[in-house]
Amino acid sequence: MGEIFTLALLFSSLRLATPLIFAALGGLFSERSGVINIALEGLMLAGAFTAAVVTYQVGDPYIGVLAGVAAGAFLAFIYAVACIKFEADQVVAGMAINFLMIGLPALISGAIYDSSGSTPQIDKILQLPDFYNRISIATIVALALVPVCWWIMYKTPFGLRIRATGENPDAAETAGVNVIRLRYVAVTISGVLAGLGGAYLSIGQSSLFTRNMTAGRGFIALAALILAKWRPVPVLGACLFFGLTEALSIQIQGASWAKIGGEEIPVQFIQIIPYLLTIIVLAGFIGLSRAPKALGIPYSKED
Amino acid sequence: MKILKEIIWPLVAVVAAFIVGGIVILMLGDNPIEAYRLLLSSSFGSLRDVGWMLHYATPLIFTGLAVAVALRCGLLNIGAEGQLYVAAFAAAWVGIKFGGTIVTVGTDHQNWSWASLPAILLVPMCIAAAIIAGAVWGGIPGVLKAKFGSHEVINTIMLNFIGIALVSYFTQYYYKIPGDPILQTAPIGENATIPQLSSFIPGLPADVPLNVAFLLAILACIAVYIFLWKTKWGYELRAVGQNPSAAEYGGISPKKQIILAMTISGALAGMVGIGEVLGTRHNFYNGFSAEWGFLGIAVALLGRNHPLGVFVAAIFFGVLLRGEIFVDAFTSKVSKDLGWVLQAIIILFVACLQKYSRK
Repeated sequence: MGEIFTLALLFSSLRLATPLIFAALGGLFSERSGVINIALEGLMLAGAFTAAVVTYQVGDPYIGVLAGVAAGAFLAFIYAVACIKFEADQVVAGMAINFLMIGLPALISGAIYDSSGSTPQIDKILQLPDFYNRISIATIVALALVPVCWWIMYKTPFGLRIRATGENPDAAETAGVNVIRLRYVAVTISGVLAGLGGAYLSIGQSSLFTRNMTAGRGFIALAALILAKWRPVPVLGACLFFGLTEALSIQIQGASWAKIGGEEIPVQFIQIIPYLLTIIVLAGFIGLSRAPKALGIPYSKED
Repeated sequence: MKILKEIIWPLVAVVAAFIVGGIVILMLGDNPIEAYRLLLSSSFGSLRDVGWMLHYATPLIFTGLAVAVALRCGLLNIGAEGQLYVAAFAAAWVGIKFGGTIVTVGTDHQNWSWASLPAILLVPMCIAAAIIAGAVWGGIPGVLKAKFGSHEVINTIMLNFIGIALVSYFTQYYYKIPGDPILQTAPIGENATIPQLSSFIPGLPADVPLNVAFLLAILACIAVYIFLWKTKWGYELRAVGQNPSAAEYGGISPKKQIILAMTISGALAGMVGIGEVLGTRHNFYNGFSAEWGFLGIAVALLGRNHPLGVFVAAIFFGVLLRGEIFVDAFTSKVSKDLGWVLQAIIILFVACLQKYSRK
């Protein structure tokens, strides 16, 4: 059993947790302001695709990251318009954003690169750098963002306004908060962070964008957010845990230690742990997970 | 006038989506008129085209109905994908275990089945297995919502991942023919299969996989209509969907209706397994669904959660699914992902316009 928890597994977990941390922190802003963000998956895809294309075209990964962030923010703004201005059902609109990002990148890369499955590979030197070949610069940024988000959320007037808006928008409005504008800002921030997470996937963890490359990470990030009860520091813990389960399920394939009584542990059993845990937590078996009170309810001033 | 009011906003959404889609095609450097002409002619050009298009529409009728029934109770079932996976596997399992399946590994003939039942018993058993498995997988989030108040959207998403992982596990470790590189089960018994419509309809070519499941889908539309509007349970279900507290005040238990709605929803999604396993593939193939469970959301929204609307919307999406392959092949720039983009824009427009249709 000693072989399981090696340094390699730790680094692998950190690496796999990185996009989740970005996306979940993004979801935190949106959801604490009262807007459900099931679109995290699509926002990540927007960031991943744009970062890969721009890095390939321009030859600079940092411009690529900026472009990915801009794409995530732009798409999140469209989502915000649907949810806030048109009071669309947030889950339905979020799923639409996810569908759009399955099709649109493939459509665009099919038209410009004649390959709808993936974008062209970028050079190794254009990928986001790793320190000591182990820890990506993105991982360090993600880890640093956790205390920053905590500070914003709990120590600044902006954070207080977000939390107040998510709990009781009417009271917040009476106290002078522009609820509508605040929600636009919060949802757009979630696009910025999810876009960052996506950019890391395509030009950090790998060297190109492949169709639907997030493979459910947006939903896992959402699960981490719920598991963490919508608080930044526990978000880190949940993401690290989910990163660990993913790292384990990669390592387990063919590994000699991965046996119980001579039978190998099926990889699927490790893969479902995050999902199962989320259901159990939601059902209140491990402490109550209480969502922001106004989560999912459109706000209109007339009411 | 009432009908006009019901269909005007979905129509606006579709037209708007096609305009936006047309702009996208134009920007990619192709002719939108030509792309849309291909889209239509590939579904209505011949009887064969119509057959294929209806084949694509069939799973969407089931998943559209599934999402619609849940939405009528105020619940969003994003779990149809997981439900139809679990159901398809269950149908295949019964078809193997009671269908006399013999698997040949090298020179070794292994009997994987417990019995070899006649079709008259086996087909209903397989159908029941699909329906029950779907109902259970849909019922779980219903129970979780009723008992613990946990949100069905999150739980159905989680159960999608769990359900798909579980059936992939069973397929890989127990029901895959050793040496098969594809993650799929052994074939179901001959007696578990249902016929293609080409064997009844003269002029419909035999390569069109449209099968009896399409007729079941029509029956399901009628059954859902009768259930929702002609029975007490259906009335109560809709009452909870419109106003849970008023329904409770009127003596209706929202908890019971939530469980009922999710169970029926899961059962309907599970019926996708019938056509796919018994009618088309004759085994369970991991990856058989083209995200039908998620498309069901679009179908239900566009169909205004009414069985007739769901049917029409499913046909519309059938045209998209059939046509995108042709658009891909016969235009220079547009790939078959155009379908996804159009669907996404339609959902977004319908969601945004709902505010106005409520007035």
